[in-house]
Amino acid sequence: MAYGSSQGIPWLLFGSYNGKDLAMGKLLVYLKDYKKEVVLAPLFKMLEAGFELFVPLVMAAIIDRGIVAGDTHTVLRMGALLVALGVIGLICSITAQYFAARAAVGFSAKLKHQLFAHIQGLSYTEIDTLGTATMITRMTSDVNQVENGVNMVLRLFLRSPFIVFGAMVMAFTIDVPAALIFAVAIPLLSVVVFGIMMLTMPLYKKVQAGLDSVLASTRENLTGARVIRAFSKEKEETDSFEKKNDSLTNMQLFVGRLSALTNPVTYIIVNAATIALLYTGAVRVDEGTITQGQVVALVNYMSQILVELVKLANLIITITKALACANRIGNVFEISSSMEWKKQTDDGYAAKDSAGGMRDPGGAGSKTEDYAVEFEHVCLTYAGAGAEALTDIDLRVKRGETIGIIGGTGSGKTSLVNLIPRFYDATKGCVRVDGRDVRDYTMEELRGKIRVVPQKAVLFQGTIRENLQWGSPGASDEELWKAVEIAQAKEFVEQKAGKLDYRIAQEGRNLSGGQRQRLTIARALVGAPGILILDDSASALDYATDAALRQAISRMEGDTTVFLVSQRASTIRYADQIIVLEDGEKADVGTHEELLERCSVYQEIYYSQYPRDEEAPS
Amino acid sequence: MRETKKRRDAHSREEQGTAYGPKENGSVKKSGQWETVLKVLKYIRKYWIYLALSIVLAALTVALTLYLPILTGRVIDLLIDRGMVDFPGIFRILQRMAAAIAVTAAAQWIMNVCNNKMTYRIVQDVRNEAFRKIEILPLKYIDGHSYGEVVSRVIADVDQFADGLLMGFTQFFTGVITIIGTLGFMLSVNAVVTGVVVLITPLSFVVAAFIAKKTYVMFRIQSETRGEQTALIGEMIGDQKIVQAFSHEDEAMEEFDEINDRLEKCSLKAIFYSSLTNPATRFVNNLVYAGVAVTGALYAIRGGISVGQLSCFLTYANQYTKPFNEISGVVTELQNALACAARVFELIDEEAQIPDREDAVTLADVDGRVDLNHVYFSYVPDKKLITDLNLSVKAGQRVAIVGPTGCGKTTVINLLMRFYDVHKGAICVDGTDIRDVTRSSLRSNYGMVLQETWLKAGTIRDNIVMGKPDATQEEVIAAAKLSHAHSFIKRMPQGYDTVIGEEGGNLSQGQKQLLCITRVMLCLPPMLILDEATSSIDTRTEIRIQKAFAAMMEGRTSFIVAHRLSTIREADVILVMKDGNVIEQGSHETLLRQNGFYAALYNSQFAPLA
Repeated sequence: MAYGSSQGIPWLLFGSYNGKDLAMGKLLVYLKDYKKEVVLAPLFKMLEAGFELFVPLVMAAIIDRGIVAGDTHTVLRMGALLVALGVIGLICSITAQYFAARAAVGFSAKLKHQLFAHIQGLSYTEIDTLGTATMITRMTSDVNQVENGVNMVLRLFLRSPFIVFGAMVMAFTIDVPAALIFAVAIPLLSVVVFGIMMLTMPLYKKVQAGLDSVLASTRENLTGARVIRAFSKEKEETDSFEKKNDSLTNMQLFVGRLSALTNPVTYIIVNAATIALLYTGAVRVDEGTITQGQVVALVNYMSQILVELVKLANLIITITKALACANRIGNVFEISSSMEWKKQTDDGYAAKDSAGGMRDPGGAGSKTEDYAVEFEHVCLTYAGAGAEALTDIDLRVKRGETIGIIGGTGSGKTSLVNLIPRFYDATKGCVRVDGRDVRDYTMEELRGKIRVVPQKAVLFQGTIRENLQWGSPGASDEELWKAVEIAQAKEFVEQKAGKLDYRIAQEGRNLSGGQRQRLTIARALVGAPGILILDDSASALDYATDAALRQAISRMEGDTTVFLVSQRASTIRYADQIIVLEDGEKADVGTHEELLERCSVYQEIYYSQYPRDEEAPS
Repeated sequence: MRETKKRRDAHSREEQGTAYGPKENGSVKKSGQWETVLKVLKYIRKYWIYLALSIVLAALTVALTLYLPILTGRVIDLLIDRGMVDFPGIFRILQRMAAAIAVTAAAQWIMNVCNNKMTYRIVQDVRNEAFRKIEILPLKYIDGHSYGEVVSRVIADVDQFADGLLMGFTQFFTGVITIIGTLGFMLSVNAVVTGVVVLITPLSFVVAAFIAKKTYVMFRIQSETRGEQTALIGEMIGDQKIVQAFSHEDEAMEEFDEINDRLEKCSLKAIFYSSLTNPATRFVNNLVYAGVAVTGALYAIRGGISVGQLSCFLTYANQYTKPFNEISGVVTELQNALACAARVFELIDEEAQIPDREDAVTLADVDGRVDLNHVYFSYVPDKKLITDLNLSVKAGQRVAIVGPTGCGKTTVINLLMRFYDVHKGAICVDGTDIRDVTRSSLRSNYGMVLQETWLKAGTIRDNIVMGKPDATQEEVIAAAKLSHAHSFIKRMPQGYDTVIGEEGGNLSQGQKQLLCITRVMLCLPPMLILDEATSSIDTRTEIRIQKAFAAMMEGRTSFIVAHRLSTIREADVILVMKDGNVIEQGSHETLLRQNGFYAALYNSQFAPLA
């Protein structure tokens, strides 16, 4: 048996077949630098196929002119011709493989570059909706699938149909009535092979969904092992798993039975066609129209067609997979950043202010310039969210002030500070930094002024030095050490082998949570930012370190405006102004003492952490 | 370029061996391989009828498939020349051909169905068994292995195993039988021409093996570089918010391009050289074909064989080389499948937790007296953790466990719930050693809220009623009101019937925690375990919950991994832990008077700062 290498194996592991190949068309742009390769690869493949098509003719010649005529010389010459055809075929096909590989690999490199750049250009809103995990999959496995698809298409997509139709054409050159059998058999075969494929593909999607649910079940029982056991749910979980597993298996069996039809049916068609050929051949030979050798050639063409059809079917599976992946990649390209940044056209305009923002000691100048950050009736609604995350926030922060932001979970603390570096755009109202609307800055200019220490302490692979230099490339060791000292990280950095050259592992795994957090703080301090935002970034520090950190920050030279977001009353207690947020609204603003006196929300928070009788005078 | 590049390897090995790369399967040793085969056979045994049927049908199919070219050859031999065609003879042969074709097709289909059935049922059995094992694995295993790894054993490995098994069934048997059959048929027709086929064919093996060996290194470099790239993508896209906050995009792009260029170069090499296998083996096949054609024709001239026989030979020549190429693919696939099977079996053969004793009693009507007598425990044998812990908790008492992170607070919970067994000593509830009672009755007497909130995919209601499946809607709502979850639940699209995704999906951490608390509120067992249960809830909501907790804890023995001062102070017993040991034990006042570790901890964490 010469075929059937893929039957029964779940074809479409990656689902999503619905013929939307528009996205692939868009991605083809990245092939444009490989025009030569894209043309030459299939061309050489077709050349190879063409030579292959001569083989049955040569064989016919061996039979008719060699064997029947008893001519040894012709046999040897034709034999040499066969070998020569093989050699030429080999050369052609190697050339084709080379060009195909070059085009596919180059294509994927370009695609990845563009995709990376595109994803980097997306704003926080898109990152939230898409999720980073999805984007990583698009960039890795999806691109690989597409690369594979391009490679296979260039190699095979023209070759197989060419052989199928070439064989038919060759048959016509031998004998027209016999060739008509080809004309019937080929469409019939195509209908069967592709019909079964079309039928089973959506079913394989279902199988995949079934597998996903089995996977989810397994995962859930691992992550929730404690809870499941605490509630003695093992039996129920096992039953539910076995039910899902059984339905998966039944689906697999059903699809399997269907796709198992492909081989027998094609076998019947091809061999029925062969019988017809032999019969027609017999009649034609009896009439003297064709020779015995030519009948052999016709039979050979028929078997060539079968082999190629099977290859084609497999190829189409690869292509469908690649198309599904291409679609997903295309979808990412279609998402454009919802945030537009000013391009730096008027350089004078931009340069003047940015200098002021970073280090300019805030001279008592005109009114708005005194304020580092202003919020004017700001509202924020996240994309897809029903309710506002922030409602009508009004706020003025003078340069050099320390602002505490406190409130319950989900009260909008992080949302508020995220508006300052323009991670999100206010849906209503306006946020100003150094007297200028944040939407009037270029991205580099605005974010150059502001340093954020996010909640999650993220460090990157590389040395401590490289991590600290993130915001200010080329910062000197002296500057770095200063930042490290303020961040209360000096002690442990000095103990690390190589100190600033100590290598941080992926995800900062070789550092403790507190160490990571202190380094992210140090990273934000390098380059003396105009505005520093600490978003609940001391949560992994003990109270003493937290206090020392705040003191060191307040002693920092220059006029840094500091925003402290926290759930701990102790962290924000000594801020110049404390903003109390509740359900996205500003409940009150004032100093600790003022708020303790008049703000019930603040009192509740404070006393929940420091019960009245416990409060010692400071 | 800065030089943060060359060390992204060694991580993210997952990416290896995908797309085109050769599958790595060297990990399973020879002896282990046979063991695995035996285990696979054990699973097959249940379906031996299908296997037997499949083999018989494979033999039948192959025999008939090989018979067909002979019939074709005979027909051709009857087409001698104009007017010399033996039509009756041809008809007889054609009829026979038609019958052979019909039988072959039917046999093929049944064989395929058998193979499918066998494979998928075996896979189902393996998965079920693996899952059942997961349910009874000691927590030690689950804690010690990444979830992803275990999941991939049950899903990806089993899938790979299924593919290999199916391919083995469908192609290995037919392949081998075809080779033997073809050889026999060819020998029966002409020995010399057969010799030509047998001599030239191995060449394609040699060529394929040569290319595979040469490209292996290239693939390794490719997958290493790809791993490097994946690591970079993981970092820069995964934490894109940070990248943007620091305007680090250009540097990231630069770094990405550098790796991307290297990957392009090494991928080209690997893909191109490996893609030579096909043309090369096809070339060898063409040589075989030419060899058969020439020697066959020379024989035919001398009358050694007929033209029909020659045409039959040519078909065989194609068929003979084909299974060789396929089998070499199948063998790698099979090896890979075995390696995957071995990984699944490793999980299945993992030692289960010690089963409940046969005479284990059901713990009922618990007062809540808990005693720990000389308890010794550690996760790793050579690293002592809990040594000689003694504790006596009276019914209804509150125990607060305090200490710095990583001091073993959760370990105590693991032992109380019998997620882990003590190494020495005993834990008793109401005076009964917890190893003498059924796990499920022990655990159902505890209400547990852990720091990591876990919710299953399903409706909110499903999650709440875990401990009391027959709870009425009123009871559920009452519990949710107690835990202050009702207000947010009722605002969800379908209220209590809202489906939440895997791991709580779109709920906030705080909301998830509220649901976990509701779960316990609903069944109210006589003993409670609360592990930093309110860490993700803001302090005000927490106060409300604490009030509910306080009511709940009334008359119930409670163990609280405590962070809040108020909880600690109200506890009857405070366990102060450090490095796995309980170093101090007593009430708040006594401990403060002792002026030891607790006093220091208290002063550093809770005394107001100046």
